[in-house]
Amino acid sequence: MVDSVTNTTTSSDESPTTQGQETTTLWQVDIFPVAGQPNRLSAEVLDNARDLRVDESLEVIAARGFLIQGPLTHQDLARLTSELLVEPVVERCEFALVGSDSLSQPIGNLTNLLNVLPLPGVTDPQAESALMAMRHLGFPVDVVRTFKKFWTSSLSESDQNLLHSKILCNDSIEMIVVGKLELDELQLGQKYEFSKQDIPLTDLSDEALMKISQDWTLSLSLIEMHTIRDHFEKLGRAPTDIELESIAQTWSEHCSHKTLAGRISYRDENGERQFENMLKETIFSATMQIRSDLGESDWCVSVFKDNAGIVEFDDSYNIAFKVETHNRPSALEPYGGANTGIGGVIRDTLGTGLGAKPICNTDVFCFASPDTPFEELPPGVMHPRRIMKGVVSGVRDYGNRMGIPTVNGAVFFDERYVGNPLVFCGNVGLIPKEKSFKEVQPNDLIVSIGGKTGRDGIHGATFSSAELTESSDITSGGAVQIGNAITEKMLMDVLLIARDRELYSSVTDCGAGGYSSAVGEMGEEIGAEVWLDRVPLKYDGLSYTEIWISEAQERMVFAIPESNWEQFESLCASESVEATVIGQFKPTGQLVLKFGDETVGDVSMSMLHDGRPPIIREATYQPVPASDIPSFEFKTTAQWTTDLCKILASPNVASKHWIIRQYDHEVQGGSVIKPLVGIQNDGPGDAAVVRPVLESRRGLAVSCGMNPLYGDLDTYHMATSAIDEAIRNCVSVGADPTRIAILDNFCWGYTDRPETLGSLVRAAIACQDLSVVLQTPFISGKDSLHNEFSYTDEAGSRQTISIPSTLLISAMGQVPDVANCVTMDLKEAGNVLFQIGVTGDHLGGSHWNLVNHLSGGKVPTVVPERAKQTFIQLHKAIQKGLVRSCHDMSEGGLAVAVAEMAFAGGLGAKITTNEVGIEIIPSDPDSQIELSYATAALLFAESNTRFVVEIAPENVEPFKAAMGDIDVQELGTVISEPNLTIEVASNTVIQSDLMTLKNAWLGTLDWK
Amino acid sequence: MPQPNVLILRAPGTNCDQETGYAFDLAGGNSSFVHINQLIEAPEMVRDYQILCLPGGFSYGDDIAAGRILASQMQSRLADVLAEFHSSGKLILGICNGFQILIKSGFLLPSDDQGLPATLTWNDSGRFVDCWVNLKTDNEKCVFLNNIDQMYLPIAHAEGKFVPRNEQVLNQLKGNHQLALSYCLANGSDDDVVYPHNPNGSTANVAGVCDTTGRIFGLMPHPERFIDPTHHPRWTREGNSAAGDGLALFQNAINFFNN
Repeated sequence: MVDSVTNTTTSSDESPTTQGQETTTLWQVDIFPVAGQPNRLSAEVLDNARDLRVDESLEVIAARGFLIQGPLTHQDLARLTSELLVEPVVERCEFALVGSDSLSQPIGNLTNLLNVLPLPGVTDPQAESALMAMRHLGFPVDVVRTFKKFWTSSLSESDQNLLHSKILCNDSIEMIVVGKLELDELQLGQKYEFSKQDIPLTDLSDEALMKISQDWTLSLSLIEMHTIRDHFEKLGRAPTDIELESIAQTWSEHCSHKTLAGRISYRDENGERQFENMLKETIFSATMQIRSDLGESDWCVSVFKDNAGIVEFDDSYNIAFKVETHNRPSALEPYGGANTGIGGVIRDTLGTGLGAKPICNTDVFCFASPDTPFEELPPGVMHPRRIMKGVVSGVRDYGNRMGIPTVNGAVFFDERYVGNPLVFCGNVGLIPKEKSFKEVQPNDLIVSIGGKTGRDGIHGATFSSAELTESSDITSGGAVQIGNAITEKMLMDVLLIARDRELYSSVTDCGAGGYSSAVGEMGEEIGAEVWLDRVPLKYDGLSYTEIWISEAQERMVFAIPESNWEQFESLCASESVEATVIGQFKPTGQLVLKFGDETVGDVSMSMLHDGRPPIIREATYQPVPASDIPSFEFKTTAQWTTDLCKILASPNVASKHWIIRQYDHEVQGGSVIKPLVGIQNDGPGDAAVVRPVLESRRGLAVSCGMNPLYGDLDTYHMATSAIDEAIRNCVSVGADPTRIAILDNFCWGYTDRPETLGSLVRAAIACQDLSVVLQTPFISGKDSLHNEFSYTDEAGSRQTISIPSTLLISAMGQVPDVANCVTMDLKEAGNVLFQIGVTGDHLGGSHWNLVNHLSGGKVPTVVPERAKQTFIQLHKAIQKGLVRSCHDMSEGGLAVAVAEMAFAGGLGAKITTNEVGIEIIPSDPDSQIELSYATAALLFAESNTRFVVEIAPENVEPFKAAMGDIDVQELGTVISEPNLTIEVASNTVIQSDLMTLKNAWLGTLDWK
Repeated sequence: MPQPNVLILRAPGTNCDQETGYAFDLAGGNSSFVHINQLIEAPEMVRDYQILCLPGGFSYGDDIAAGRILASQMQSRLADVLAEFHSSGKLILGICNGFQILIKSGFLLPSDDQGLPATLTWNDSGRFVDCWVNLKTDNEKCVFLNNIDQMYLPIAHAEGKFVPRNEQVLNQLKGNHQLALSYCLANGSDDDVVYPHNPNGSTANVAGVCDTTGRIFGLMPHPERFIDPTHHPRWTREGNSAAGDGLALFQNAINFFNN
């Protein structure tokens, strides 16, 4: 241990309990692993440096550390380090006053010293916990901050820059200090000087109005600025800054979905259609129709109005489901973006009805290939591998800490996500039937609980409605947030207790737009007065407007009858959760904002919620012309087998075990079917099943469907295929197809372009068409538009990368008795394999095209009535216990499905496609190419509504009977030899041992 | 004999409390959930219970290090009352985060002149991992493992690698039959137990440790996650057993008071 440098103001013998120090000191603690223990932080840096091809001679020694400020002595530090900060047996530390030379002595030949600190104001959960623990132990500590410290060998200037900017530090949340740390004190914020700001709009030119919209990151259009100007002219005064901000937040795309819920004039090959409210007239209307068709047996409870959709589960409980995106924050700071994405969607279900208990998470990501060469990245873009690692860690750390199993997910790779990755986070909640609705009562107190408010995430709602550029990471620093899962866990614990004690009348989460959205929404029908000076702050210096629109995480707003406040407050106190009255729902119809005695805002709720001028947009869709069979070489058996291996190894299909194993998928004790299944617990399950009520045998299945490649051909069929896939996955494990609810998440490019919006409208129409026939209701949804990335290339011209049109369909199914669940791994040699469903020449957008670099071909379509019947009949067969294994056929078609079933079960299969009819008419039956294409289709076509099932010989007839009119084709048998053989037209076209297939599938994303 | 009362201790970030209480109740216990603040305020309440259980989770976010903050809190505020609880013949169980807390507070393996004899630290992989492991017991002493030879249970942790201070500590614990639970191969063998069989790189494959009396036990695997046959990762292919392997551990704790 290094001795503290002599400090004239410190007498090292004083302990805090006897006599506190008068003078504040700032200590630095560096913590290293002891000899023989790995230095994980160094290893991680070296790993990333290798990815970025930094000079291989790089050496690093890293330390983690704490900066501790307070009237503390050397002896205090000795106790703090040994009793709290430094792990016994495996760690050692050095501490001294900040700036001491002892802390900056080179280690061997490592002479470069770098310190990485979170930027002031960025959430630092470790430091918050450490501060609390130090105070518990009785030490008078004022502030704690964490930091990381790196000693490195000498590097070239370019490598040095790479190390600083791409590996050690993300400048949207961190800063780097080269050399010795020299700080006098940790900033605690500055005192705020109140001054009310009016923003006169009268007589301003259009340019000046738009400049205000841009300068304040309001994302308001000119027409909207005109409307606001006119409104305040009528009132005879200028708006204040906080009024403008409130309107901008409420009217933002993120909060009001003004594009999709707006007027759209749509035109496609079938003619024109006018929408007053596009979403309402397509997806929402489909659900209304299903509910009315079902009449008395309608099982929807609350759809498209609360924070999550709610449907019935059993006699006592309903279930709520919501999936959100957190794309832009994740592009800038993947860990924090994903972290707060999952945190946010959990608050959505917590804030549904009077509060649902979160029971499982689902997470779906879209990235560019992790193998993208570094030189090919556009400027200002983080490497996809780094984004992916950050996103996965962010979801892992938040979900695991919340104690919510993450049971489902998918990852899709396409180069067009390079500047604009997509991060979908979903959560299912369980809610007692009688708690499914809420209503704010006049004069209820407005109470905020959970985290304090800082500058975090200011302008998140309006920022997420704008396009990303290479300078987004500079202009939107405030939009980046880091979550603190434990704050949210504590909040969740008290929310559920308070709910059951009936202490409040309404609750909602603080998401985008912060208090402005939460209070604005809750008070819509009544009115509200907010006392902004009472909001607890992380640090001084926030203006009243910053307090109002901050998106600081882990906060929820309650409406509490005055008579219950005392009880509510003491409940919160008993669990160390901060609760503060910040206003009252006064029945005035006005939103009144006060800071002390000053009224800083006074807007009518009607202006906020109904004052937005309608947007009218044009949308057109031009079908992609059907293309001929792509030209490709006639294939040999070896080549077909190679194709199969290539598809298994392609990153969308390849095993995601590296991700899945990092998520706790069993917490809460209700796991029935895990994400990975089979003889070695590593096969790709179709959907996970949990029992949310431990006393009950009823199960809940979660799955998803998405295929952006089909969208390149036709977004209508992309949408129906995604719905079909999500339902297939659910039905495969035993879910009842008449009790599946689905969600839509549209992530699209710049929808101000009529053709981009047209492709979205077309997908929405498809959702409507198919969901009505299947009687599968959409219960909630969310859109994220303008997902484009713009930059200037080396030649100086402006480039824009739009993401492929991406529709994620998430499905939540119900299993009447989990004893009847089925998994996809082959079970026993001698069993018979069948294909259910019809194969067509659907190779357009397929993975076979992808790995062979082919384009063209037909996009998979869905035959709605056939799909409906197939799901129902298959479910009957599963319920009767006739199906030993079942796997949905999706990417890679029949060959991939059977291969996965085989290696997951550790059993071989010998199959032929003789019985598999193919719905294509070769124009020339003698053409070798057409025959070869037919073989490709039989093996790899991605036609919808198909399954492979394994049936015990004695159950073959009962199975066929149960399937009724549905097409069922015998494929062959399960064999004990570990080989897969597939014959097409009496020729063996696939022959491989299982190990080869499995290794191809396991290897691609098998990261260390 | 009345049902033994089980105190399931909650703290900010505890998250396996409900299912652990459910497992104790299924085994015949009577579980209550008590927040650490409540216990610190009225420590004598612990006298109403026969079993104290520290369930899994991320107490205080596992910030600083897993279990460290709650361990320090218990050490400074509850040491006396817990010593009394233990010496009166009662049981203490720590699962996953609870094990980390018991180790880091010194309740399980008390400090000597060189400090704590062992710790639980980061998995060799440097990551959180959720997977199932085979386990074998040394049940000479540990009352929770009475009549259990082998178990198959899931683990889910990032900091579960057992590291003793030195060989001497390890040998002494082994000699005392305190290394009660260890990772092994499916056939029970402990030859060459490497990742993923030993999922975190624990010294001597240690997965659980008891104190010298066998009445304090901490383990990284989650017995409460295998009490129902459908918890098993391969129940759809291997058929249902009568109950999960983990249930016996809770039954042993309850039967300790009933017999």
